[in-house]
Amino acid sequence: MDLLGRRLLFFTGKGGVGKSTVSAATALLAAEQGQRVLLVSADGRGDIAAFFEQRPVGFKPAVVHPGLHAMAMDTEASLREYLRLNLRMPVPGRIGPVAKVFDFVATAAPGVKEILTVGKVCWEVRESMEGRAGWDLVVVDAAATGHITAQLGAPGAIQELVSVGPVRTQVGWMGEILADPAVTALNVVVTPEEMPVHETIELVARVRAELPVPLGAVVVNRVLPELFTHAEEEAFEALRARERTAALASVAGAGVEDVLEGAELAVRLRRTRAAHLTHLRETVDLPLLYLPEMFVRSGGMRVTRMMADALGEELG
Amino acid sequence: MASKTDPFGPAGLDQLLAAKEIVIFCGPGGVGKTSVAAAAAAGAATRLGGKVLVVTVDPARRLADALGVTGLGNREREVPADLLVAAGLQPRGRLWAAMLDTKQSWDDLVLRHAPDEETAYRILENRLYDNITARFVQSHDYIAMERLHEIHRSGIYDLIVVDTPPSRNAIDFIEAPRRMAEFFGSRLLRWLTMPYRLGGRRGARMVTLASKPFYQVADRILGSQFLEDIAEFFLNFQSMYEGFVERAQAVERLLRDRRTTFVVVSTLEPAPVREAEFFVSALAERRLHLGALVLNKTLPDFLLAAPGEAAARVLCRDPDAAAKVIAAAPKQTPRQKSLDQATVSRVLHTVGESFLNFSVVAKREAELRTELAAAPDLVLRVPYFEADVCDLAGLARMGDHLFGA
Repeated sequence: MDLLGRRLLFFTGKGGVGKSTVSAATALLAAEQGQRVLLVSADGRGDIAAFFEQRPVGFKPAVVHPGLHAMAMDTEASLREYLRLNLRMPVPGRIGPVAKVFDFVATAAPGVKEILTVGKVCWEVRESMEGRAGWDLVVVDAAATGHITAQLGAPGAIQELVSVGPVRTQVGWMGEILADPAVTALNVVVTPEEMPVHETIELVARVRAELPVPLGAVVVNRVLPELFTHAEEEAFEALRARERTAALASVAGAGVEDVLEGAELAVRLRRTRAAHLTHLRETVDLPLLYLPEMFVRSGGMRVTRMMADALGEELG
Repeated sequence: MASKTDPFGPAGLDQLLAAKEIVIFCGPGGVGKTSVAAAAAAGAATRLGGKVLVVTVDPARRLADALGVTGLGNREREVPADLLVAAGLQPRGRLWAAMLDTKQSWDDLVLRHAPDEETAYRILENRLYDNITARFVQSHDYIAMERLHEIHRSGIYDLIVVDTPPSRNAIDFIEAPRRMAEFFGSRLLRWLTMPYRLGGRRGARMVTLASKPFYQVADRILGSQFLEDIAEFFLNFQSMYEGFVERAQAVERLLRDRRTTFVVVSTLEPAPVREAEFFVSALAERRLHLGALVLNKTLPDFLLAAPGEAAARVLCRDPDAAAKVIAAAPKQTPRQKSLDQATVSRVLHTVGESFLNFSVVAKREAELRTELAAAPDLVLRVPYFEADVCDLAGLARMGDHLFGA
């Protein structure tokens, strides 16, 4: 599938499934294919730059890798930018207290923080499409499954509440960008475990019912390798007979027992995960991309690169 | 499967739960907090006795079904003793479960605190009300704490186990009551709603000189109707201010009470561990009691054992040698099939590889465990279960690891 051919990719997922890592890996893959990429942490986590071994980023996009900028969403900064661009407010001094009050209202009022997040992202996309900004692709590490419909549904919610004025017009074009399948895709990251699979199935149904945003792919993270073919599995089981294990121990030492137990654990984990995967595949009618469990040290560019490579292979 | 060696020992949760009336389970998202909280509650009802309630926020459907709280709104429901027995739990006490229904809790709160019925209904019918209560960042956190206070005050239960809502910032819910009170009492909000107050109920607004620039900008951006809705909402909501402040203070006292403790749940993956660490230090800063740390979904310790690793290396290096021995071994029973040497060799190589792969992860876990375990007195480990914990039998199994079988 031509995932990287779009302009705007959102990644959501249940907490803990690797949503940020997959976002970072996608951005890296696109950048290494020659695209100019902006990676946005919608939660405002500047440490998204740590995926590239860079120091934390702020609202202003900073280079974290050749061809790749990253930024952390900051709704107040987004509001300031909005006021500056739209109202041509004369002195920064006047923006100060207004922004403060607005931040306050935004905290309480529905959809305002969300619209400042989604609005900024859509604006970068629109500016790029019209040649005023240079992003080929904007990748958003978006809200988790619980909040994503509120986040991407913000333009619609605002449209219902605000009947006239510039905001109404703006949520109009935002809606167009978000709804265009040639431009935007919402992707869901999942692990082959019961709860994440369950939430993904629910989310996909909810997105289809409530949001005009086109769905892209489901990225299945941490897929365990299939250890054995059928014949090998039989042989493995035969090896667990006591005298055979003893024979193995005479060659490889007493630890061989633990090794066989470890393999059994791996097989069982793989099997339960496979069942959840099958359920996902049969229920969700979207392209699935598989990323393997990484048996490596934690975090950083090494994992980002390995994930990007695996994703590149999946996308073909 | 129980780990062969457990350096921390499983004892201790009994004692903690016996001494406390409220146990709040918190930690990063996706670590199995809900299951751990439910297993602890079921374990307390089984081992300690008394009346135990678990308040859960967003359980997996099957767990909600198992606890019998599906579609019950806010009502507390007893888990029938025969179901517990069937799941292998021998309850000395009784177990109740309840879900947290944010919307219903808010409605109840408004009806309870509004000065009169008319105001209450004006709030409930404001078209922003649903939006604000459903989406206001701290809304779920606040209502969870408020509900906890309400239940505790009722004096019905010996022990209340709370599973906290997933929040962007794990510590939010502790601050939620105070922030909520501050929010409704703030000068800024009064300033914001002033023009509407001067203009009278639902009347035209009277903009003061000070707030004029703000409203000019706001009108241009949002339209005046929207602002008016917001102002009306907060104006009415402010009528509940005193109730809110009083409540927030009561909740804060309750969280600090020595009968309340916090249990941090985490897996041993890098990102959750970072969050859990942050959480542990945030509790310490606020002088809240950290009762225990539960490490969920941990890999078994035998993956760390040196003899296993040595054997795995032998198998990876020279699987043929071992396969030859196996293929040459005489059959023990006539029914035993002889094994193809090439197949066995492949299997042994795979098995060795797989062990070394998993042992890398197990080592990483062990390292993170050491870092995390420095803070609390009580550290409990729950292994990775092949099936998700989503029924009473699963809770019983998990309980064996939390309490010691």
